[in-house]
Amino acid sequence: MNWLIQPFEFEFMRGALAACVALSLGAAPIGVFMLLRRMSLMGDAISHAILPGAAIGYLVAGMSLGAMTLGGIAAGVTVALAAGAVARRSALREDASLAAFYLISLAIGVLLVSLRSRNVDLLHVLFGSVLSLDPDTLLLIGGIATVSLFGLAVLYRPLVIECADPAFLRQAGGPGSLAHMGFLLLAVLNLVAGFHALGTLMAVGIMVLPAAGARLISDRLDTMLALSVSFALAGSIGGLLLSYHLDVPAGPAVVMSLGTLYLLVLAITAARPHRHFSTGEATV
Amino acid sequence: MSASALTLTDVSAGYGGHITVADVSLAVPAGARVAVIGANGAGKSTLLRTIAGELPLLAGEMRRCETCARMGYLPQTATVDRRFPISVYEFVAMGAWQRMGVFRRLSPAVRQSIDSALARTGLTAVSRRPIATLSGGQLQRARFARLILQDAAMLLLDEPFAGVDRPTRDALMQLIDGWHAQRRTTLVVLHDLELVRQRFELCLTVDDGHAQLTPTAELLTVRPTPADGSIARHDFLRNALRA
Repeated sequence: MNWLIQPFEFEFMRGALAACVALSLGAAPIGVFMLLRRMSLMGDAISHAILPGAAIGYLVAGMSLGAMTLGGIAAGVTVALAAGAVARRSALREDASLAAFYLISLAIGVLLVSLRSRNVDLLHVLFGSVLSLDPDTLLLIGGIATVSLFGLAVLYRPLVIECADPAFLRQAGGPGSLAHMGFLLLAVLNLVAGFHALGTLMAVGIMVLPAAGARLISDRLDTMLALSVSFALAGSIGGLLLSYHLDVPAGPAVVMSLGTLYLLVLAITAARPHRHFSTGEATV
Repeated sequence: MSASALTLTDVSAGYGGHITVADVSLAVPAGARVAVIGANGAGKSTLLRTIAGELPLLAGEMRRCETCARMGYLPQTATVDRRFPISVYEFVAMGAWQRMGVFRRLSPAVRQSIDSALARTGLTAVSRRPIATLSGGQLQRARFARLILQDAAMLLLDEPFAGVDRPTRDALMQLIDGWHAQRRTTLVVLHDLELVRQRFELCLTVDDGHAQLTPTAELLTVRPTPADGSIARHDFLRNALRA
């Protein structure tokens, strides 16, 4: 068991572990709702949009945690709202407008960062720096996970009803759009946290991959949420160990490990004979 | 049948800047079963959505009796995301939203009314199943069970029997009769004139931009006309409803 424990004798590994635990608790449940609302691509678009926002923060204040975080949140919220508005008004389906958004965002972001940078910084924003998080960034990631869990607890019931039958909630006078907006805000916050640890290209991984695996196994929402957090924990910690022992970059290693876990679940569930729900009585 | 559940005065309904039905004035007595009939596209759904508050009034005035502000509206196309992982029980429990809000727990009383709504719609055996596994008829039963939970004094049902088989239709129709017995007002869009004649005492006809309330007996006969076998007394109805 030494290979499991020994790496965490180092402070930077303990920091990375804390970040992964916080991200797993915060982002994975959000990912489940994102998946169920068929918004996985939206998550991708938001996470790419965070880049130009953070880059503007970087241009103004250098590698400043506060400036990059605020810029990222502002840009993420803007794109989340804009994508929804464009999808309503244009002939393009939402996925097409989202794809356009995140390509543009990524290009602007990389250009902005390279206006004043060393390659190290560019690598940092693209792939994160989970192995060199300072205490302030750790606090931020932990704080976002806390806000996210409490926020989701408050939003849970309206959000579930809004997912299952949006028109019903509206008719019953429930806070449907508040639930949707609150959810988007939580998603943006978690993607900003993910951005600091895993970078703009990988942040959405810890949100979407565990959720996808959980969806394959369960058809109950509560089980799915618990499973997604477990997958996120197992995958991200596995990725850190992989990174330590094989000396590979941590961000991609974490996402690789999450992805492997997902593929394993996919293979196992696909190999099983197709699962039927207990049919009960057929009272049509 | 003295108090009016719903009063419309010179109401115009429509959306997107177009008026579909104009100058509607009528009073629906409390507890009545009203069949809303007319051709496809005549504006039945638009009128119902306006009464439900889904669309703004374009003109005129609408008054609902105090208790009738508690409304249950069943849109024609279910907006239910059937792949969302909740059980039939949880789906029906949504109907208690107004009583429970964001935080309150399902009290034993609410649980009891959920169980009873499931029983009345014949869904008890499937209550633990995910909604994804329901047939179209079962989903419609679940939507009715949720309506029962909403405990509304006025129910607006837009083509609740479209695409459901005879036994399901009869079971749902019994619920409507039950609501009638409890003096709840129901407005139901439907196309089956025979059913209208047997079970609805009033008809809200929507035709050519106008809508009016007429006793069913004045619109429909027991004996089909020799010409085309229709029980409609008026040409517009015969034309409108020729399927």
